[in-house]
Amino acid sequence: MSIVKGTLLLASAFLLAVLIVKPIGVSTQFVIFDGIVMDSVNPDYVTESTKNKTGYESQNAYLNKSGGKYAKSVANPINYSFVFVVAMMVGAFISSKLRAKDSTEDKAVPTVWREKFGGCKVKRYTVAFLAGILVLYGARLAGGCTSGHMMSGMMQTALSGYIFAAGAFLAALPVAIFTFKKKGK
Amino acid sequence: MEILLAVLLGGFFGFALDRVGANNPNNIINMLKLTDLRLMRIILGAIGVSSILMFGALSLGLMDVGHLSIKEAYTGVFVGGLILGVGFALSGYCPGTGLTAFAVGRKDALFFLLGGFVGAGLYMWSFQSIKDSFLFEKILGGKVSLGVIENSGYEAVFQGMNGNLIGIVLGLVFILLAWKLPAKLRG
Repeated sequence: MSIVKGTLLLASAFLLAVLIVKPIGVSTQFVIFDGIVMDSVNPDYVTESTKNKTGYESQNAYLNKSGGKYAKSVANPINYSFVFVVAMMVGAFISSKLRAKDSTEDKAVPTVWREKFGGCKVKRYTVAFLAGILVLYGARLAGGCTSGHMMSGMMQTALSGYIFAAGAFLAALPVAIFTFKKKGK
Repeated sequence: MEILLAVLLGGFFGFALDRVGANNPNNIINMLKLTDLRLMRIILGAIGVSSILMFGALSLGLMDVGHLSIKEAYTGVFVGGLILGVGFALSGYCPGTGLTAFAVGRKDALFFLLGGFVGAGLYMWSFQSIKDSFLFEKILGGKVSLGVIENSGYEAVFQGMNGNLIGIVLGLVFILLAWKLPAKLRG
Protein backbone atom coordinates (compact mmCIF):
# COMPACT_ATOMS: atom_id res chain seq x y z
CA MET A 1 0.00 0.00 0.00
CA SER A 2 1.34 3.44 -0.93
CA ILE A 3 2.19 5.99 1.76
CA VAL A 4 -0.62 8.30 0.63
CA LYS A 5 -3.24 5.54 0.66
CA GLY A 6 -2.03 4.27 4.03
CA THR A 7 -2.14 7.78 5.44
CA LEU A 8 -5.71 8.33 4.28
CA LEU A 9 -6.84 4.92 5.55
CA LEU A 10 -5.37 5.42 9.02
CA ALA A 11 -6.59 9.02 9.16
CA SER A 12 -10.15 7.87 8.29
CA ALA A 13 -10.14 5.42 11.20
CA PHE A 14 -9.18 8.13 13.72
CA LEU A 15 -11.42 10.76 12.14
CA LEU A 16 -14.57 8.62 11.88
CA ALA A 17 -14.20 7.49 15.48
CA VAL A 18 -14.07 11.04 16.85
CA LEU A 19 -16.77 12.36 14.48
CA ILE A 20 -19.25 9.60 15.34
CA VAL A 21 -18.43 8.57 18.93
CA LYS A 22 -15.15 9.50 20.63
CA PRO A 23 -11.38 9.33 20.10
CA ILE A 24 -9.76 5.90 19.78
CA GLY A 25 -8.04 4.39 22.83
CA VAL A 26 -6.85 0.87 23.56
CA SER A 27 -4.72 0.38 26.68
CA THR A 28 -7.50 0.89 29.27
CA GLN A 29 -9.08 -2.33 28.02
CA PHE A 30 -6.13 -4.37 29.33
CA VAL A 31 -7.16 -3.17 32.80
CA ILE A 32 -10.81 -3.96 32.11
CA PHE A 33 -9.80 -7.47 30.97
CA ASP A 34 -7.76 -7.99 34.16
CA GLY A 35 -10.73 -6.73 36.17
CA ILE A 36 -13.06 -9.19 34.47
CA VAL A 37 -10.66 -12.05 35.26
CA MET A 38 -10.27 -10.92 38.90
CA ASP A 39 -14.02 -10.52 39.30
CA SER A 40 -14.68 -14.01 37.97
CA VAL A 41 -12.25 -15.43 40.55
CA ASN A 42 -13.51 -13.20 43.36
CA PRO A 43 -17.12 -12.02 42.84
CA ASP A 44 -16.67 -9.32 45.51
CA TYR A 45 -13.92 -7.64 43.45
CA VAL A 46 -16.42 -5.40 41.65
CA THR A 47 -19.85 -4.84 43.14
CA GLU A 48 -22.83 -2.56 42.73
CA SER A 49 -22.57 0.53 44.87
CA THR A 50 -24.66 3.43 46.05
CA LYS A 51 -21.55 5.47 46.93
CA ASN A 52 -20.11 5.84 43.44
CA LYS A 53 -21.84 7.89 40.77
CA THR A 54 -21.53 5.13 38.17
CA GLY A 55 -23.30 2.68 40.49
CA TYR A 56 -20.28 0.34 40.77
CA GLU A 57 -17.33 0.08 43.11
CA SER A 58 -14.23 -2.11 43.43
CA GLN A 59 -11.82 -3.22 46.12
CA ASN A 60 -9.11 -2.04 43.74
CA ALA A 61 -8.34 1.68 44.03
CA TYR A 62 -7.64 2.04 40.31
CA LEU A 63 -10.91 0.45 39.19
CA ASN A 64 -12.68 2.52 41.84
CA LYS A 65 -11.36 5.91 40.70
CA SER A 66 -13.42 8.53 38.85
CA GLY A 67 -16.67 7.37 40.41
CA GLY A 68 -15.97 3.73 39.60
CA LYS A 69 -16.00 4.16 35.81
CA TYR A 70 -13.62 1.23 35.24
CA ALA A 71 -15.53 -0.89 37.77
CA LYS A 72 -18.67 -0.25 35.73
CA SER A 73 -16.96 -1.40 32.53
CA VAL A 74 -15.74 -4.57 34.28
CA ALA A 75 -19.28 -5.32 35.42
CA ASN A 76 -20.60 -4.63 31.89
CA PRO A 77 -18.03 -5.96 29.41
CA ILE A 78 -20.33 -5.42 26.44
CA ASN A 79 -19.56 -1.70 26.33
CA TYR A 80 -18.33 0.48 23.46
CA SER A 81 -14.62 0.63 24.34
CA PHE A 82 -14.20 -3.06 25.11
CA VAL A 83 -16.11 -4.24 22.04
CA PHE A 84 -14.11 -1.75 19.95
CA VAL A 85 -10.84 -3.42 20.94
CA VAL A 86 -12.17 -6.94 20.31
CA ALA A 87 -13.44 -5.76 16.91
CA MET A 88 -9.95 -4.42 16.09
CA MET A 89 -8.67 -7.97 16.22
CA VAL A 90 -11.44 -9.18 13.93
CA GLY A 91 -10.77 -6.33 11.48
CA ALA A 92 -7.04 -7.08 11.36
CA PHE A 93 -7.77 -10.79 10.88
CA ILE A 94 -10.13 -10.10 7.97
CA SER A 95 -7.58 -7.75 6.38
CA SER A 96 -4.84 -10.37 6.65
CA LYS A 97 -7.05 -12.98 4.96
CA LEU A 98 -7.84 -10.64 2.07
CA ARG A 99 -4.25 -9.72 1.27
CA ALA A 100 -1.30 -11.64 -0.11
CA LYS A 101 0.54 -13.56 2.59
CA ASP A 102 4.13 -12.83 3.44
CA SER A 103 5.40 -16.41 3.37
CA THR A 104 9.01 -15.47 4.04
CA GLU A 105 8.26 -13.93 7.43
CA ASP A 106 8.59 -16.11 10.52
CA LYS A 107 5.52 -15.71 12.75
CA ALA A 108 7.44 -16.39 15.96
CA VAL A 109 10.70 -14.47 15.58
CA PRO A 110 10.58 -11.28 13.46
CA THR A 111 13.35 -10.85 10.88
CA VAL A 112 14.88 -7.78 12.54
CA TRP A 113 15.17 -9.74 15.80
CA ARG A 114 16.52 -12.88 14.10
CA GLU A 115 19.26 -10.93 12.31
CA LYS A 116 20.64 -9.74 15.63
CA PHE A 117 19.75 -12.43 18.16
CA GLY A 118 19.14 -15.56 16.08
CA GLY A 119 16.08 -17.77 15.82
CA CYS A 120 15.67 -18.84 19.46
CA LYS A 121 11.95 -18.58 20.18
CA VAL A 122 12.27 -18.70 23.96
CA LYS A 123 14.56 -15.67 23.93
CA ARG A 124 12.17 -13.69 21.74
CA TYR A 125 9.08 -14.73 23.71
CA THR A 126 10.75 -13.83 27.02
CA VAL A 127 11.68 -10.35 25.83
CA ALA A 128 8.24 -9.85 24.25
CA PHE A 129 6.64 -10.79 27.59
CA LEU A 130 8.87 -8.41 29.58
CA ALA A 131 8.31 -5.67 27.01
CA GLY A 132 4.55 -6.20 27.36
CA ILE A 133 4.83 -5.57 31.09
CA LEU A 134 6.71 -2.31 30.47
CA VAL A 135 4.39 -1.15 27.69
CA LEU A 136 1.16 -1.63 29.62
CA TYR A 137 2.55 -0.39 32.94
CA GLY A 138 3.84 2.70 31.15
CA ALA A 139 0.62 3.21 29.20
CA ARG A 140 -1.50 3.05 32.33
CA LEU A 141 0.80 5.37 34.24
CA ALA A 142 0.61 7.77 31.31
CA GLY A 143 -3.16 7.35 31.03
CA GLY A 144 -3.02 6.24 27.40
CA CYS A 145 -0.90 4.62 24.71
CA THR A 146 0.17 5.16 21.14
CA SER A 147 -3.47 5.28 19.98
CA GLY A 148 -5.04 7.33 22.75
CA HIS A 149 -2.26 9.75 23.63
CA MET A 150 -0.10 9.97 20.56
CA MET A 151 -2.53 9.76 17.68
CA SER A 152 -5.88 10.79 19.18
CA GLY A 153 -4.19 13.27 21.52
CA MET A 154 -2.01 15.04 18.99
CA MET A 155 -4.92 15.06 16.53
CA GLN A 156 -6.88 17.08 19.12
CA THR A 157 -3.88 19.32 19.98
CA ALA A 158 -3.88 17.92 23.54
CA LEU A 159 -0.81 18.99 25.52
CA SER A 160 -0.75 15.50 27.08
CA GLY A 161 -0.36 13.90 23.63
CA TYR A 162 2.80 15.90 22.94
CA ILE A 163 4.27 15.14 26.37
CA PHE A 164 3.58 11.43 25.90
CA ALA A 165 5.07 11.35 22.40
CA ALA A 166 8.20 13.14 23.66
CA GLY A 167 8.68 10.57 26.44
CA ALA A 168 7.94 7.56 24.25
CA PHE A 169 10.31 8.51 21.42
CA LEU A 170 13.01 9.79 23.76
CA ALA A 171 13.21 6.25 25.15
CA ALA A 172 12.24 4.19 22.10
CA LEU A 173 14.69 5.64 19.56
CA PRO A 174 17.94 5.04 21.51
CA VAL A 175 16.75 1.67 22.83
CA ALA A 176 15.87 0.46 19.31
CA ILE A 177 19.08 1.83 17.80
CA PHE A 178 21.26 0.30 20.54
CA THR A 179 19.44 -3.06 20.85
CA PHE A 180 19.26 -3.81 17.15
CA LYS A 181 22.63 -2.33 16.18
CA LYS A 182 24.20 -4.45 13.46
CA LYS A 183 27.25 -6.43 14.48
CA GLY A 184 30.58 -4.82 13.67
CA LYS A 185 29.17 -1.33 13.33
CA MET B 1 -26.50 1.03 18.32
CA GLU B 2 -23.37 2.01 20.22
CA ILE B 3 -22.17 -1.60 20.19
CA LEU B 4 -22.72 -1.80 16.43
CA LEU B 5 -20.60 1.34 16.02
CA ALA B 6 -17.90 -0.22 18.20
CA VAL B 7 -17.82 -3.26 15.93
CA LEU B 8 -17.66 -1.19 12.75
CA LEU B 9 -15.20 1.49 13.92
CA GLY B 10 -13.00 -0.99 15.81
CA GLY B 11 -13.04 -3.38 12.89
CA PHE B 12 -12.08 -0.61 10.51
CA PHE B 13 -9.22 0.55 12.76
CA GLY B 14 -7.88 -3.01 13.01
CA PHE B 15 -8.16 -3.38 9.24
CA ALA B 16 -6.24 -0.11 8.76
CA LEU B 17 -3.48 -1.10 11.21
CA ASP B 18 -2.96 -4.33 9.29
CA ARG B 19 -2.94 -2.62 5.90
CA VAL B 20 -0.39 0.05 6.83
CA GLY B 21 1.92 -2.62 8.24
CA ALA B 22 1.72 -1.49 11.88
CA ASN B 23 1.08 -5.09 13.03
CA ASN B 24 4.49 -6.05 11.74
CA PRO B 25 7.13 -5.52 14.48
CA ASN B 26 9.87 -5.29 11.82
CA ASN B 27 8.26 -2.09 10.53
CA ILE B 28 7.96 -0.61 14.04
CA ILE B 29 11.54 -1.46 15.04
CA ASN B 30 13.00 -0.25 11.74
CA MET B 31 11.01 2.97 12.18
CA LEU B 32 12.43 3.47 15.68
CA LYS B 33 15.96 2.64 14.41
CA LEU B 34 15.31 5.33 11.78
CA THR B 35 16.28 2.92 9.03
CA ASP B 36 12.79 2.81 7.44
CA LEU B 37 10.55 5.82 8.00
CA ARG B 38 7.63 4.63 5.85
CA LEU B 39 5.39 3.91 8.85
CA MET B 40 6.51 7.10 10.58
CA ARG B 41 5.44 9.08 7.53
CA ILE B 42 2.05 7.34 7.46
CA ILE B 43 1.48 8.02 11.18
CA LEU B 44 2.52 11.68 10.96
CA GLY B 45 0.43 12.15 7.83
CA ALA B 46 -2.59 10.48 9.42
CA ILE B 47 -2.38 12.72 12.50
CA GLY B 48 -2.16 15.73 10.16
CA VAL B 49 -5.05 14.76 7.87
CA SER B 50 -7.38 13.75 10.72
CA SER B 51 -6.51 16.90 12.67
CA ILE B 52 -7.26 19.22 9.73
CA LEU B 53 -10.55 17.50 8.90
CA MET B 54 -11.63 17.29 12.55
CA PHE B 55 -10.93 20.96 13.30
CA GLY B 56 -12.45 21.85 9.93
CA ALA B 57 -15.62 19.98 10.91
CA LEU B 58 -15.63 21.72 14.30
CA SER B 59 -15.26 25.16 12.66
CA LEU B 60 -18.17 24.46 10.32
CA GLY B 61 -20.32 23.12 13.15
CA LEU B 62 -20.42 19.66 11.57
CA MET B 63 -19.10 17.88 14.63
CA ASP B 64 -20.30 17.66 18.23
CA VAL B 65 -17.57 19.32 20.30
CA GLY B 66 -18.58 16.97 23.14
CA HIS B 67 -16.88 14.13 21.23
CA LEU B 68 -13.48 15.62 22.02
CA SER B 69 -11.68 13.92 24.86
CA ILE B 70 -8.53 15.70 25.98
CA LYS B 71 -6.50 13.63 28.43
CA GLU B 72 -4.84 15.14 31.47
CA ALA B 73 -1.18 16.24 31.29
CA TYR B 74 0.79 15.25 34.41
CA THR B 75 4.33 14.13 35.21
CA GLY B 76 3.38 10.46 34.87
CA VAL B 77 2.42 11.01 31.23
CA PHE B 78 6.08 11.67 30.46
CA VAL B 79 7.45 8.96 32.79
CA GLY B 80 4.90 6.44 31.51
CA GLY B 81 5.84 7.41 27.95
CA LEU B 82 9.50 6.65 28.72
CA ILE B 83 8.65 3.24 30.22
CA LEU B 84 6.35 2.38 27.33
CA GLY B 85 9.00 3.52 24.87
CA VAL B 86 11.52 0.97 26.14
CA GLY B 87 9.07 -1.92 25.75
CA PHE B 88 7.83 -0.58 22.42
CA ALA B 89 11.39 -0.61 21.04
CA LEU B 90 12.29 -4.06 22.39
CA SER B 91 9.14 -5.78 21.15
CA GLY B 92 8.00 -3.71 18.18
CA TYR B 93 4.48 -3.76 19.61
CA CYS B 94 2.22 -1.20 21.28
CA PRO B 95 -1.01 -2.21 23.03
CA GLY B 96 -3.19 -1.90 19.91
CA THR B 97 -0.82 -3.51 17.45
CA GLY B 98 0.04 -6.28 19.93
CA LEU B 99 -3.63 -7.29 19.81
CA THR B 100 -3.95 -7.04 16.04
CA ALA B 101 -0.59 -8.78 15.43
CA PHE B 102 -1.80 -11.69 17.57
CA ALA B 103 -5.02 -11.72 15.54
CA VAL B 104 -3.05 -12.10 12.30
CA GLY B 105 -1.06 -15.01 13.68
CA ARG B 106 2.12 -13.63 15.24
CA LYS B 107 3.07 -15.93 18.07
CA ASP B 108 5.44 -13.57 19.89
CA ALA B 109 2.54 -11.10 20.13
CA LEU B 110 0.76 -13.56 22.43
CA PHE B 111 3.65 -13.29 24.89
CA PHE B 112 3.60 -9.52 24.55
CA LEU B 113 -0.13 -9.55 25.40
CA LEU B 114 0.38 -11.85 28.39
CA GLY B 115 3.06 -9.44 29.63
CA GLY B 116 0.61 -6.61 28.97
CA PHE B 117 -2.02 -8.16 31.22
CA VAL B 118 0.62 -8.57 33.93
CA GLY B 119 1.82 -4.96 33.46
CA ALA B 120 -1.74 -3.60 33.63
CA GLY B 121 -2.31 -5.75 36.74
CA LEU B 122 0.88 -4.43 38.35
CA TYR B 123 -0.34 -0.92 37.72
CA MET B 124 -3.74 -1.65 39.30
CA TRP B 125 -1.90 -3.10 42.30
CA SER B 126 0.56 -0.19 42.63
CA PHE B 127 -1.91 2.65 41.98
CA GLN B 128 -2.93 3.02 45.63
CA SER B 129 0.66 3.69 46.70
CA ILE B 130 1.63 6.09 43.89
CA LYS B 131 -1.60 8.04 43.42
CA ASP B 132 -0.62 10.87 45.76
CA SER B 133 2.97 11.13 44.50
CA PHE B 134 4.67 13.70 42.26
CA LEU B 135 3.79 11.52 39.29
CA PHE B 136 0.28 12.93 39.30
CA GLU B 137 1.21 16.61 39.50
CA LYS B 138 -0.63 18.36 36.71
CA ILE B 139 1.27 20.17 33.97
CA LEU B 140 -0.09 23.58 32.84
CA GLY B 141 -3.56 22.87 34.18
CA GLY B 142 -3.87 19.21 33.16
CA LYS B 143 -6.68 18.72 30.67
CA VAL B 144 -5.61 21.41 28.24
CA SER B 145 -5.54 21.87 24.49
CA LEU B 146 -2.98 24.13 22.82
CA GLY B 147 -5.48 26.75 21.61
CA VAL B 148 -8.97 27.71 22.78
CA ILE B 149 -11.56 25.26 21.43
CA GLU B 150 -14.91 26.99 21.84
CA ASN B 151 -17.52 25.29 24.04
CA SER B 152 -15.23 22.32 24.62
CA GLY B 153 -14.93 23.08 28.32
CA TYR B 154 -11.14 22.62 28.12
CA GLU B 155 -8.64 25.29 29.12
CA ALA B 156 -5.95 26.29 26.63
CA VAL B 157 -2.18 26.54 26.95
CA PHE B 158 -2.19 29.58 24.67
CA GLN B 159 -5.07 31.72 25.90
CA GLY B 160 -6.68 33.88 23.25
CA MET B 161 -5.51 31.75 20.34
CA ASN B 162 -8.09 30.05 18.14
CA GLY B 163 -7.90 26.31 18.83
CA ASN B 164 -9.46 25.29 15.53
CA LEU B 165 -6.91 27.34 13.62
CA ILE B 166 -4.02 25.90 15.66
CA GLY B 167 -5.33 22.40 14.95
CA ILE B 168 -5.46 23.06 11.22
CA VAL B 169 -2.02 24.73 11.11
CA LEU B 170 -0.39 21.94 13.13
CA GLY B 171 -2.14 19.44 10.88
CA LEU B 172 -0.43 21.06 7.91
CA VAL B 173 2.91 20.91 9.75
CA PHE B 174 2.45 17.16 10.35
CA ILE B 175 1.64 16.61 6.68
CA LEU B 176 4.66 18.67 5.63
CA LEU B 177 6.88 16.58 7.94
CA ALA B 178 5.43 13.34 6.55
CA TRP B 179 5.96 14.57 3.03
CA LYS B 180 9.53 15.83 3.51
CA LEU B 181 10.91 13.02 5.67
CA PRO B 182 13.39 10.90 3.73
CA ALA B 183 12.95 7.13 3.34
CA LYS B 184 15.53 6.67 6.09
CA LEU B 185 17.75 8.74 8.35
CA ARG B 186 20.28 6.02 9.15
CA GLY B 187 21.96 3.31 7.05
